[in-house]
Parts: sequence; structure tokens; C-alpha cells
Amino acid sequence: MAIEATAREQMNVVIVGHVDHGKSTVVGRLLADTGALPDGRLQQVRDLCARTARPFEYAFLLDALKDEQAQGITIDAARCFFKSATRDYIIIDAPGHVEFLKNMVSGASRAEAALLVIDAKEGVRENSRRHGFLLSMLGIPQLVVLVNKMDLVGYAQDAFERIRDEYAAFLRGIGVRATAFVPVSAFHGDNLVERSPGMPWYDGVSVLQVIDGFTPAAPPAERPFRLPVQDVYKFTEDGDDRRIFAGTVVAGRASVGDEVVFHPSGKRSRISSIEGFNTPERSAVGVGEATGLTLSTQVYVRPGDVMCRADQPPPEVATRIRASIFWLGRRPLATGGRYKLKICTASTSAYVREVVRVMDASDLSSGVGRRHVDRHEVAEVVLETVRPIAFDRTAGGAETSRFVLVDGYDLAGGGIVTEALAGASLFEQRAGERRAAFTRGSVTPEERHERYRQRPRLVLVTGGDAARLQQVGARVERRLFDAGRYAYFLGLHSLEAGLDADVASGPLSRDEHVRRLGELAGLFADAGCILVAAVPGLDPAELRVIRALAAPSEVLAVGLSAGSDVASDVPVALSLPADADVEACADRIGALLAEHAVVLDFQI
Amino acid sequence: MDRLDRLEAQSVHILREAYREFKDLAMLWSIGKDSTVMLWLARKAFFGHVPFPLVHIDTAFKIPEMIAWRDRLAREWRLTLIYGRNVEALARKETFPDGRLDRIACCKALKTEPLRRTLSGEWPRWRLDLESGEWREDPDRRAFTGVIVGARADEEGSRSKERYFSPRTKDNDWDVGDQPPEFWNQYKTDFAPGTHVRIHPLLDWTELNLWEYVERESIPVIPLYFDRGDGRRYRSLGCWPCTQPVESTARSVAEVVVELRSGRLSRVAERAGRAQDKDGGGTLEDLRRDGYM
Repeated sequence: MAIEATAREQMNVVIVGHVDHGKSTVVGRLLADTGALPDGRLQQVRDLCARTARPFEYAFLLDALKDEQAQGITIDAARCFFKSATRDYIIIDAPGHVEFLKNMVSGASRAEAALLVIDAKEGVRENSRRHGFLLSMLGIPQLVVLVNKMDLVGYAQDAFERIRDEYAAFLRGIGVRATAFVPVSAFHGDNLVERSPGMPWYDGVSVLQVIDGFTPAAPPAERPFRLPVQDVYKFTEDGDDRRIFAGTVVAGRASVGDEVVFHPSGKRSRISSIEGFNTPERSAVGVGEATGLTLSTQVYVRPGDVMCRADQPPPEVATRIRASIFWLGRRPLATGGRYKLKICTASTSAYVREVVRVMDASDLSSGVGRRHVDRHEVAEVVLETVRPIAFDRTAGGAETSRFVLVDGYDLAGGGIVTEALAGASLFEQRAGERRAAFTRGSVTPEERHERYRQRPRLVLVTGGDAARLQQVGARVERRLFDAGRYAYFLGLHSLEAGLDADVASGPLSRDEHVRRLGELAGLFADAGCILVAAVPGLDPAELRVIRALAAPSEVLAVGLSAGSDVASDVPVALSLPADADVEACADRIGALLAEHAVVLDFQI
Repeated sequence: MDRLDRLEAQSVHILREAYREFKDLAMLWSIGKDSTVMLWLARKAFFGHVPFPLVHIDTAFKIPEMIAWRDRLAREWRLTLIYGRNVEALARKETFPDGRLDRIACCKALKTEPLRRTLSGEWPRWRLDLESGEWREDPDRRAFTGVIVGARADEEGSRSKERYFSPRTKDNDWDVGDQPPEFWNQYKTDFAPGTHVRIHPLLDWTELNLWEYVERESIPVIPLYFDRGDGRRYRSLGCWPCTQPVESTARSVAEVVVELRSGRLSRVAERAGRAQDKDGGGTLEDLRRDGYM
């Protein structure tokens, strides 16, 4: 073999299709015919087959795991490597059994091109269509269809053309065009690597020639700059004082000096430097790079925000979206259900407001009026997120409009945002419904006001130092109580131990704590009480949820600076400095209550 | 961006995802080329810092040069380095070199078992004091819930089926037949109490990619990988009783790259020098299901 002077181009290709249509045989044969197998491996498998009295199959080469050999089917997407004269390939062998669809999706999502195998004798089957549909949703740009086992139909041209015409029509229906249809017999090696003399009526090229003609995925450099912030680092070791916004650029390009805007938060700053380790100094970053930037001003940005250039079109921001999804979860996706939605580096709770229609992925018939989406179904749904999300819906903006849904601990579905929707938030709507549903006694809010000489309020103390929040909150309660007021201090841990014990940990537990705090504040308000609650690290979306649910009680948010880092971005009625002691904080909060006419004749 | 740039970016992305999502995170460091490249990638991801401990399972039968090199690099790069080992099995001499176990049972006793119990904190962990160079028992016994491992898909069949984020049960088991889906750079980062997640930033790297990257970045690697005059070099490192060098005259990183590009070794399995892979069929997979790296 010739010595290669430089690194060669590489392409990921996934192979999919209905079970037993011969995907693993195609791969095994490709490996054997391109000389990609380790010495003796082929003979080893032939010997094993002879010993166990089984006919030899190329697929056995791939079935590295004993599970598979026992069942005779591919369980997971195995990766194999082979080379052509043009480039190196990683071929991802995706399983055809419907139970293993999640593995097929995992394999296919890494691919730049797909081979879809259809058995010439069996014809187009359920998973031939389902896989075709998923390839289009996953955004695999290049597809070649192999009509396999041509030897079993006597290499007949009409058998090939019947399948080609039927499947091409199906693909047209979902807006996909195959680069080529190739008649092959993987077992005999016909038309895989070399053209076969057995099918003189076929005037195309071999499968390998088709994929050699594919182009590597072109990164979307021409689109607006998008850098989803993965994390914000400040490693103080060895005197490092850089505050680095780290993430992978998913579109566009940006340079030192560019003004940037973060979405959805709206924070603005300017790129001050591009950081790296063991790299030369850089002045620009582009798509695909995992990078880190410092900014010229101190801004408070959370992981999940998308850094964009101020001179380019911004992404859309919404809390209610219409989306196309595919569902892989064990439990059906249900209307009203709460899931974790992850989009780029952001994650938020999302509620299913509506299942608009469910499509059967195998025949594309659609059903309306359903309230759930079963495993392996594709659907159009309306979702509402607790935190706003940023996305691009423009053609080719797939990197920022694709999301996944997590059910419990499991990644259970994927989707693409198709529309941003407006309207009252789920929590505003809920708060209204809840108040209407209350069974009330005869005591009115006005009577309570006269008795307690106060307006019910939620005083929400937030900041970075949890212990200090507890001290200040408790002190405010003590002052109010000593002054004869009706007040209660609730720390976040007080909820965790009891009311929230069922959601004490696990994904989304924080969102559920916040929701329940909002509901609880609504009840305390109805009882005429001043509720003082400490919530470390409150963010603006959480404050919105609490506000909606605590209504009609108003929320007075008080921020206690932790001093060490950039301040929080929560809109507060009162901000207290890091060096203020507990008594001073309580004084200021008391003054705030008087100022807002919560307590009319109040001096504390 | 060329292929190495893309591989590097993907690994860095995965490492940062792991660091954000897992509070109790550790990286397994075997001193070999793979996990040393992975360690370098961590320094890339975190701008020169390595913000989690490195865990080494010391079987007491590693090639001695590996241990010296490990300790030197840890002090030079200011790493938080922890090791764990099966103290009792070693005391009782229940090992393959002592003649009381076969190779596979020895791997389980000296690697799989201490790995599980070191990660969970059931067994003591020793931490290197960077100033004095002494080892002290670590009072911190928290269980690691995210464990970064340098497995590569091209090494061997069972590893070709791994996920980037691969869940393990309470008993460290790997359910090959029922793995979570993984797409669009979204990974399984939510896990039930008591379980943990293995994170594989190097999954898509090949042996050649690694050496090309070592060359490009000038990453220090242990000289055991090079021919030092006897026409042999190690291609994969492990315990001395079970690891054999290959015939090769590659004396430097550049020469290893040339050798691999030439295809001279492409038909010989990378782990061919690792004797435990050969005892019985599908052995490494059995070891891996049980928690082996």
C-alpha cells in the first residue's frame, strides 16, 4: 500500500432499511471487497460457520457482539471503516428492526449520506418508508437506494424498476430525492464496488462510485453567526482571571471587536478576545469550532443563551412553538405532559399543549384528534416552554431549530421547530382557571385586609449566597411578626422536605419546585399572609412563572449580591450590596414594604 | 477545518457538556496514548485547566516506567491525580502473575473490581500531593456520577457500539442491547440515583488520528511507544505480564505516523499484544459489560 503523505477526507455513511433486507451483508461485502478486513478475519468467520454448520454470511463479520449472533439481527449501529480511492468512509450499520429505531436514529444522525437497502424480492416494506421519513427529518442530505438480492429475482430489470418507481414516488411525497437507485446483489458482490456484467440493462454506476461522488457536508459559514453558550468559565487557579464564554460555533463567523447580542436574554457586549490552549493567537472564529471568547464588558449570561452578531439578523424567540417531532419513548408523549426540552445548549421544561396530528411513519397516513403520540410515531405538536428559547427557522437553520425531548431520565424524542406561536402563557391561563375553581368561605380579601392591616405579598429574596438569603428572609419574618404582622418565612428546603418530596431530585425538579412555590404563594396570598421566600439563583423565567401563579398577590423581588461575580439578571424591586449586614438588609426590605403600601403603619 | 480539527472540536464539545452536566465528574487515565490525548483535549476544552480528578486503577503490575511517567506529568501539569487498587487481592497474591488466577480473572480482580469500587468510593482512594510528591488517602469518598473514558470505536467490535454518553447501572453493567438514542449533539445527561454515565470523547478517533494529533500538538507520550534500539515498540500499553510489544522500528511520533499511514499494521489488531483479549471468545465484551474500560 502506498504511503499517504497527508490526512485523507473522511465521510460518515449510514446504511438503513427493513430488517433482513441485507444491510449487514452490504457492509460486510464492502469491507471485504475494499480490503478493509484484518488478516484472517474472513477466514475466521468462514471457519466458525463451518464449525457451527451455518451457511457463511458477510453479516457475521459485523456481528461482533454475541447478542446479535444469538438473534441474527443487528442491535446497534456498528461503525466500520473502509477506504476507496477517493476518501475514507465510516459506515454506520443501523438496525432494521422497529424496536431498535432509536439506534437507527443515533446512527443516522451522524451521517452525511445514507444507503437505504430494499429487498428486490420482498419489495418496499414498512421500515423502508419509516427510515426514509426519518432520514428526511434528521436532515441527511444525500441518499442512494440499493435494490438488493437481485439474484433472487433472476436479475430482472422489471423487478428493479417496479421497486424504484414505487419508492421514488414515496420519496417525492416527503420532499426527498434519491441520488441514485442501484440494483445489487450484496452476497455475490454485484454492483457494489465494481459494475456487474450480470445486469447489462443497468446503465448506472456501482454503489461505491455513487458514494465517491457525494460531497462532504458543507458547513453553513454564510449564515448569521450563532454560538450557543455551553458554559461560562472562570478558573481562578494560578491567577487566571479570564471569564470565558465557551461553546461550539454552529453557524457563521465572528471576529474580535464584533458587537454581540445574546438571545433570548438580550444582553449585549463586544468580543474582546478569542481564547485557546496551545493555539496561535486568533482574531476570528468560524463554524464548527469549539471555542471560547472573552467580552469587553461584564455581562451576566447563562449557559443556553445563543451569542449572535449585532449586525446580523437575530434568531426568533418564543415560549410557544409548533413542531414536528418523532417519538422514541417507552411511554407515549401525552397532551399536558411535562418534558425536558433541550435545544442547542439550552434546556427548559416544556408542556405539550396540543397534539395537532399524528402521522404513521410507515404509510404517512395522518390521524387527528389524538391526545398522545405513541412510540415510533411522527407528529405535529404545540409545545410551551417555561423558559423562552431562541431558534432559526429559515431554510438551512436546522442546527438551531432541532431539539430533543427528555421524559424522566430518558432522551425520548426529537423535533424541529416549525413556527413560533403567541398567546397567554400556560401559567397565566392556569392561574386564572385555578382561582375560578376555588371553593371559598365567606371571608373576603377586604375583611382580611382590615383585620391584618396589610396587603398579602410574596417577598422573594434571591442571590448567589443561599445561607445569607436564609438569614435575611428569617430576619424579615421576625421583624414583621414582632410588629404584630401576619407573616411566614419559607426556605426552599422547607418545600423539598414535604410538599416537594416527590420531586426532590431528578431532571426538572427545580422547575417543579418553582411552580409549586408559585401555587403556594397564591394560597398564602388568599389567606392574607405576607410570605417571605428565599430562592437562590432565581432567573427571569422562574420569576415570571412565580408572578403568574402568585397573582393576585404581587411579588416583590429582592436581590442580594454575592459580591464575587457579575450580578444576576433578574429584575428586582430592590438590590442590596454584598457588604450589607443582615439587619441593614431587613431595614431596607421593611422600607420597601412601607413604600409599596403593603403595611400601612409600619416601622421596623 | 481538517479532520483533526473536527475531531478535536467534537471531543472538546463533549468534554464541556460533561463538565456542565455532571457535578461529580472524573476522568480515567491509563497513562496510555489514548487517555493522554484525552487529557490534552481537556486542557484544550478548559483553557489549560483540568477541572476534575484523574483516576488511575493501579494493578501494581503496570510497566514501572508508566508509573514514573504518570507522577511526573501530574506534577508538571498540576493535575488532581487519584489512584485505586485491589489491596486485598494483591496482599493475598490472587493474581495471574502469582499463578493463582487466569488472565481474565486477574483483569476482573485487579481492574474491573477496583474500578467499580474506586469510582463508587467504597474502597479507599489515594491522592497525589503535588508539593511533596507523596500519596495520601483521600478523605473525599463521593461517588463519581460522570466518568470520562478514552474508548475508541475502531479498537475492537464491542466498542464500536458505544455511545458518547453511555449509561451504566448501579452494578456498573452496560446494557448493550438497550442504549439511549443519541443525535444532534444531544446526549443522555439525566440519570437515576445510583447509576452513572460513561463519557467517551474519543469514540470517533482512529489510532492514526491520535498519532497525527500527538504530532501536531507535540503532546508528550511515554517513550515505551517507540523503538529504543531492539526493533520493537508497544502499540497498546497495559500490565507487563500480559502486554507484548510489536516489531517496529518507529523511533518517534513522526515515524509512528508514517508507519500507520503505510498500512503495515492495518491488518493487525491494535490490541493484538494484549493477551487477555485472546483467552476465550468475546472476552473483552464480557469484561466491558462488567465495567471494564
